[in-house]
Amino acid sequence: MFEQLPPGNTETVSIDIDGHGQRVPAHFTVAAALLASGRDACRLSAVSGAPRGPFCMMGVCFDCLVEIDGVPNVQGCMTPVREGMQVRAMQGKARLG
Amino acid sequence: MTKGMIPRTFDIVVAGGGLVGMAIAWGLVREGRRVAVCDGNDSALRAARGNFGLVWVQGKGGRCLPYAQWSLDSSARWAAFAAQLLRETGVDACVERPGGIELCETPQQLDEGRQLLESLRERDAALDYAVLDNTALRRRIPAASPALAGALYSRNDGHASPLFTLRALHEAFQARGGVYLPDNEVKEVIPRPSHFDVVTPSGMLEAGRVVLAAGLGNARLAPMVGLDAPISPLRGQIMVTEKLAPFLDYPTLVVRQTREGSVMLGDSAEQVGFDDGVSRDVMADIARRARTAFPLLAHARIVRAWGALRIMTPDGLPVYEQSQRYPGAFIAICHSGVTLAAAHADILAPWIAGGPRPRVLEPFVTARFNPSTTHSHV
Repeated sequence: MFEQLPPGNTETVSIDIDGHGQRVPAHFTVAAALLASGRDACRLSAVSGAPRGPFCMMGVCFDCLVEIDGVPNVQGCMTPVREGMQVRAMQGKARLG
Repeated sequence: MTKGMIPRTFDIVVAGGGLVGMAIAWGLVREGRRVAVCDGNDSALRAARGNFGLVWVQGKGGRCLPYAQWSLDSSARWAAFAAQLLRETGVDACVERPGGIELCETPQQLDEGRQLLESLRERDAALDYAVLDNTALRRRIPAASPALAGALYSRNDGHASPLFTLRALHEAFQARGGVYLPDNEVKEVIPRPSHFDVVTPSGMLEAGRVVLAAGLGNARLAPMVGLDAPISPLRGQIMVTEKLAPFLDYPTLVVRQTREGSVMLGDSAEQVGFDDGVSRDVMADIARRARTAFPLLAHARIVRAWGALRIMTPDGLPVYEQSQRYPGAFIAICHSGVTLAAAHADILAPWIAGGPRPRVLEPFVTARFNPSTTHSHV
């Protein structure tokens, strides 16, 4: 669905999305990495369980919530990727403890 | 609806489209009256925004038993009230009545709370309660902290969604022909020999009766119809978490989990005039009490916080009164718009529509604030 522009910087990092290793440009946000990997849905919504994915890409819509390194409900579009990052889909409501 | 299509003459005009005004207005259209609600604009101070959503009886009315009974009656009516709203609108007010829990951090708090509830139960056996030690509390709520002294439980308490309740009332009111006029704050009420003129920014309405349910705005409107509204704002701050998997099956005074999973944290009270903002010290105290009770909340993400102004009379009790000087003008003041919504629709509205004044309302008159008047019910 998305096409990448030729990157100005070819540096990449390895992240893990739902158990699958990915190499992604180091300047990507998590939401960009999700879209580039072909995932247009990254979670099941907390109330109805409907599939949702990155939409606004600017921190407003809260539809790109994912679990990052064990912390639930993090905005993927506001979080730059980091080497070794573990990204998981949110399955409905967050579970604490 | 364009302005020209709005009828200008009504049986009853209600000033205020919050929970109190809409519960009364829906009750009035159920009685077959032609009703208009004049509401303020989006920046109006709205107590309905600060509602925690408790349907609460426990501990109320320690100095005025009829207030406890009025609250209990409304709580008991809530399920039928919500069921009718759901039938008429499809909007679910999300009421649940599993009983309510007051958490006590210290044995002293537990004992003081128990004494208050016992004094109420002695006066009315329907106001029963149970004392839960820490073990009994954690049987009901495993997420509660082992450090709490215990809790008080009342089967009479519950909770609901204030936002869905308000939306359901608006839809039900309009479905029965009620006329809702937003951005139409009542500027003036002028008593005439046969009716009231209600002045709004979009023109004049004629009303056989008027109901002042404008929250803090009642202080300005009441003298126009010979009534008194001795009220002041009391700020409450609320914080809301991300939606969490269910861990709290009972509402408490400081923390409740909504059906959608959000956790509301609150129960602050400050006298700061008309400032409806938030402050760091109060939010920190709310957060401290919430995580003291439920340690897992230390990891919860707070997504919103806001302040809202409650409407308080000098003794905290409601006022429901008809003007003696200008009969047909009524006033309703309370700070528990959710708890009392069912009673407002079922009992208050039929009186305002022309029925006899319910005896249960006897204590709720402003004469109680006048030291020269003896009033046996307070």
